[in-house]
Amino acid sequence: MITYWPYYNKVFAMSLTTQDVQKIARLARLAMNQAEIEAARAQLSGIFELIAEMQAVDTRGIAPMSHAQELSQQLREDVVTEANQREAFQAIAPQVEGGLYLVPQVIE
Amino acid sequence: MLNLSLQQQGLALRARKISSVELTQLYLDRISTHNPVLNAYVTVDAAKSLAQAQAADVRLAVGAADPLTGIPIAQKDIFCAQGWRTTCGSKMLDNFISPYDAHVISLFNGAGAVNLGKTNMDEFAMGSSNETSYFGPVRNPWDIKAVPGGSSGGAASAVAARLCAAATGTDTGGSIRQPAALCGITGIKPTYGTVSRYGMIAFASSLDQAGPMARSAQDCALMLNVMTGHDARDSTSLQRDKEDYARDLHRPLKGLRIGLPKEFFAEGLSQDVAACVQAAVAEYQKLGATVVDISLPNAKLAVPVYYVLAPAEASSNLSRFDGVRYGYRAPDYTDLTDMYEKTRAQGFGEEVKRRIMIGTYVLSHGYYDAYYLQAQKIRRLIAQDFVEAFKQCDVIMGPTSPSTAFNLGEKGDDPVQMYLSDIYTIAVNLAGLPGMSIPCGTGANGLPVGLQIIGDYFKEAQMLGVAHQYQLATDWHSRAPQGL
Repeated sequence: MITYWPYYNKVFAMSLTTQDVQKIARLARLAMNQAEIEAARAQLSGIFELIAEMQAVDTRGIAPMSHAQELSQQLREDVVTEANQREAFQAIAPQVEGGLYLVPQVIE
Repeated sequence: MLNLSLQQQGLALRARKISSVELTQLYLDRISTHNPVLNAYVTVDAAKSLAQAQAADVRLAVGAADPLTGIPIAQKDIFCAQGWRTTCGSKMLDNFISPYDAHVISLFNGAGAVNLGKTNMDEFAMGSSNETSYFGPVRNPWDIKAVPGGSSGGAASAVAARLCAAATGTDTGGSIRQPAALCGITGIKPTYGTVSRYGMIAFASSLDQAGPMARSAQDCALMLNVMTGHDARDSTSLQRDKEDYARDLHRPLKGLRIGLPKEFFAEGLSQDVAACVQAAVAEYQKLGATVVDISLPNAKLAVPVYYVLAPAEASSNLSRFDGVRYGYRAPDYTDLTDMYEKTRAQGFGEEVKRRIMIGTYVLSHGYYDAYYLQAQKIRRLIAQDFVEAFKQCDVIMGPTSPSTAFNLGEKGDDPVQMYLSDIYTIAVNLAGLPGMSIPCGTGANGLPVGLQIIGDYFKEAQMLGVAHQYQLATDWHSRAPQGL
């Protein structure tokens, strides 16, 4: 028998609106025009229908699993281990000047 | 020479029957002939490869050779290799010349292997057909109308077409096993944490794992011997004693218990694939194995869980591509936000953008518990199913993919249909278990079928032995596509 968890059911039942997709695109820093947003809305809705299969599972009391191996964080001595390769790294940057990465002005 | 195993090629090199330069040139010539059609390689740099071959020949001449010294290996273009263009199949990194080596690359360099070139792949490893690559689709050497699978499709195509001796791949949801199955080769994704992820461009960090793709289980064992080991630069790299993955190749199968999950033989599996897998299991029984019926009741949830967790991790990992420090930057923009948005809109392809958006949404305020946390909880249920199953059996077998290779463009614009082609492989990544695919027949269209073998944690040597014993008794793995 399938057990529905009402709270999830409610969240999953919502379909994406144009405003939702616009908001996601903004959060993800992806420029999208109106046609692209519409196309994305249709495809994402299909994918979220697939994802909605999760709603039928009662997971009360189950601990989330974030990793395949239950490991504690590995630590190391607080010492410099990497050589300075500033020039090698800046040689492949889109725009540098005087050893600095250039971006459009942020502060007036 | 092209059909010799890695071990035989190594023997020929050490006996000076052929030089590494000659062997490398042989493969480079084949690449020139066949790559224009197959598109398996994104970058070939003959001068660099031949320089490595010359160095290998010096090592061979003084008797300081390792098993893979002088052998030409194709590297998936997800591995950063110093001085090599490393694109990850994306316009975003079209111009990226890596300033450093991935750990896997430095291990192969240390072993004296030759980097034969960088193989094509789905963009940022997101895809199951190689059609999402910015550099065009890879073709399946068994039928050039068909896809090679993905995301390690270039590697699978190159191994099957004998355009390299062996190759590296990576597997987040099936990206080694599914293309191995579709191209009729052998590939293994080891236990999560076995191969360092340092310098391997990240997709979903809790699932990504590198492994070998080759013509046999024996070749995969030699490759794994080089690729594995602890690396302090990957915080999830496991500290374990070095092991010889070839140690169980000759162990007889008598008494082996094979678990067959009923969920892997249910609706959705093509008849021809089911028939080949059943025939392979029958062959194993002939070789002394016994069969146990098992159940993985939550396996059906693997695809929805994966399409929450993997995009969530990807949306975070791919936030680094912003047009500031490396890679593509949009030519025109008005301010910083506009630069980010246009750079990412122009630099990423459709599938990558789709997954970033899914990930951004499931992690956003108000949805995190319902999607991300729920998916992580079901991930545990899926992993526990395997723990229960391995109380009854030594290895699990089933199909790698629900069908043989489909045609380019066949799955069209429906991402969900594409996602479902990884239905038998994804649960293994979620659990972090080792999984492999070996060829076990041909389907109704004459294309290869893969048998998936899933082992318990750290049982790679046993799995490779199980695969090798089958490959001693059958010849599916040594068949090559016609016309090449």
